[in-house]
Amino acid sequence: MKEWFADLADQFRLNFITGDRWTWLLDGFKMTLVITFFATLLGIAIGVVIATIRSSYDKNKESMKKKGGFGYRLLSFLNSICGLYLTVIRGTPVVVQLLIMYFIIFASSTNSTMVAVISFGINSGAYVAEIFRGGIMSVDKGQFEAGRSLGFNYIQTMIYIVIPQMFKIVLPMLCNEFIVLIKETSIAGYVGIRDLTKAGDLIRGRTFSAFMPLIAVALIYLAVVIIFTKLVKRLERRLRNSEH
Amino acid sequence: MKKSIRIIAVIAALILALGCLAACGGKADNGTTANGNSESAAEAKLTATDGVLVMATNASFPPYEFVGDDGAYAGIDVEIAGLIAEKLGLKLEIQDVEFGSIIGGVQSGKFDMGMAGMTVTDERKESVNFSETYAIGVQSIIVKEGSDIKSFDDFFNADGSVKDIMIGVQQDTTGDIYCSDTVENGGVGEEHVTQFKTGNDAVQALVAGKVDAVIIDNEPAKSYVSVNEGLTILETAYTEEEYAICVSKSNTALLDGINDALASLKAEGKIDEIVGKYITK
Repeated sequence: MKEWFADLADQFRLNFITGDRWTWLLDGFKMTLVITFFATLLGIAIGVVIATIRSSYDKNKESMKKKGGFGYRLLSFLNSICGLYLTVIRGTPVVVQLLIMYFIIFASSTNSTMVAVISFGINSGAYVAEIFRGGIMSVDKGQFEAGRSLGFNYIQTMIYIVIPQMFKIVLPMLCNEFIVLIKETSIAGYVGIRDLTKAGDLIRGRTFSAFMPLIAVALIYLAVVIIFTKLVKRLERRLRNSEH
Repeated sequence: MKKSIRIIAVIAALILALGCLAACGGKADNGTTANGNSESAAEAKLTATDGVLVMATNASFPPYEFVGDDGAYAGIDVEIAGLIAEKLGLKLEIQDVEFGSIIGGVQSGKFDMGMAGMTVTDERKESVNFSETYAIGVQSIIVKEGSDIKSFDDFFNADGSVKDIMIGVQQDTTGDIYCSDTVENGGVGEEHVTQFKTGNDAVQALVAGKVDAVIIDNEPAKSYVSVNEGLTILETAYTEEEYAICVSKSNTALLDGINDALASLKAEGKIDEIVGKYITK
């Protein structure tokens, strides 16, 4: 047992202390957080726009169809563009999307972090859009009608009545999407970005030991997800106060 | 607060359990090899599975190893390995893994040997044994035609600091390890290196202009340059080094077998023949 601990300590020194290899993990961790943060923002922005278009179409297509005209055609055109986006993004693996972005679409860009943010953001946006759409559709129709009968117009009803309720409904799913995203960024190493997983890989490639770097990387992801889940739980509890 | 303590305790328990598993796994392995030796003391067990020689490689490193047009593994290393297996009376089985996983896998006994255009370095020698050298590798610098970079010295400013350049390498290869090292140790520093999963990715990034140069073994470099227009290999190489096969430190019988096989293949001229087939000077 004593030997085992000594061995463990040696392994720890070799993998993290020698050559200051722990700084690789730290830098990689920062990179993972940066990519995840901006990709989440971009994903939510895309998600809001698409969910608005899709749910407006779903809610209003019957009444607008009767009237016809430019508004209806524009909305149904935008709706089909969004449908195409969702099909393509959800139908292809994110690794392939990342490689296409890096080697084809943004071939001339030397800022690979930005390319990663854009591809993860666009990918996440498709899922967030469906989460938001589900949220908007699940707010009771009566809420919307009540808003309109109080004199709010369509946009006002959305902003003051539907969206706040939707936010509470989608929060757990949004949290889930963030958790998926932070782990999805672990493929950024494919395009040469030194994120947390890549940092662990680089240590592994130089010390030829698998245990320490892999477990360390796993624990860091785990810790982030646990902390984040706790924060969201607290937020959920506060939002629930309004129900009493 | 109580809850978080419990979570930490669970995590700690998990780590210990994993550690125990790893430790026990190691012991069990030693046990079986010891038994194997005592049972057939006359004939030491050469490989983990009887009659099969498992070779780990990374098949994106032409002409040493790559997937041929027919979908089968091909290349200098693959052919030499085939002849070695033949000499040892074993069946060759090839496992295509990431380059960085080869040494770890050989060490743990997952693979019998690693053969992937692998350079002998002191750091690697601490983890595995190396056979006799069977080829000489040269780390070359690939740049775009008409690039300002004419030699390794052009990566640096007059005062010795590194220019604002980016070098692409294949992750965990010697090119990566040398380049990522500090300037004093002959590298350019890790902030000037981008590591790609395969050499091909690095070259694609060079073609797209994402990196200014790629440092990779000379033979794959020639293959890459021949298929990508507008690239050229600098006349002055980065380094020269020796390729060898790596074998687990606990398996000296296999190492001896490989060395004997290599020696007789060299004497028969087979190795030069294979190298000549793939590399036209």
